[in-house]
Amino acid sequence: MISISVQEQDFDVGEEYRQLQAGNTDIGSGVGGVAIFTGQVRDLADNPLKFMRLEHYPGMTEKSLQQTADQAAERWPTIDIRIIHRIGDLAPGEQIVFVGVSSAHRDAAFSACEFIMDILKTSAPFWKKEQHVNGSSGWVDAKDVDQQRAERWQGGD
Amino acid sequence: MKVLFFGSLREQLGTGELNTVLPDGVGTIGQLLANLQAQGDEWKLALGAGNVLFAVNQDLVDENTVISDSDEVALFPPVTGG
Repeated sequence: MISISVQEQDFDVGEEYRQLQAGNTDIGSGVGGVAIFTGQVRDLADNPLKFMRLEHYPGMTEKSLQQTADQAAERWPTIDIRIIHRIGDLAPGEQIVFVGVSSAHRDAAFSACEFIMDILKTSAPFWKKEQHVNGSSGWVDAKDVDQQRAERWQGGD
Repeated sequence: MKVLFFGSLREQLGTGELNTVLPDGVGTIGQLLANLQAQGDEWKLALGAGNVLFAVNQDLVDENTVISDSDEVALFPPVTGG
């Protein structure tokens, strides 16, 4: 099953993990492992951050994340995929994103989780604006390395 | 047609949404971009840097994509989620 959520509120990694671990017990879950990635707001020592504002394109965001999860599920034998991405104002250290994948064996879970993060970074319509303690602010620039990481999946596994 | 702007582009242009009729001679995203750039200096500055992404009906597309008045078009800078 694929589950996507774009939300302001925080998430509980333990709770998300337990759901992925349990799978659908009615049919025998078959889960042999769960890979999880979480991303959080980085603080910057040289220019301390007050908060990060996350803007998105409602509608397209959910569609984009669903397409990415669908591609991962087609490419690897996953069992469940769960993506959570937060929006709004987030303080340093707060969680931003959760990607969890369960599968029978670790290869599929590791690969699908990494693929989803790499594609999300370059395709899902989110934008970050940093608000600093000193009153300055600025939009975060996209990084070439993220584009390169996404493109390497085009060649195969 | 609805044209949406997000992120730094929305801020630079001072608007998040245009409701407009497709001008004569504009049939693709690339032609719409050129038309918008001609609207004034701040439009040329914001949209002329060559790093604008396009979506039609909430799918990422390229400049050659054909558009019509019933489409929802969005222009935005490279994304920075995750």
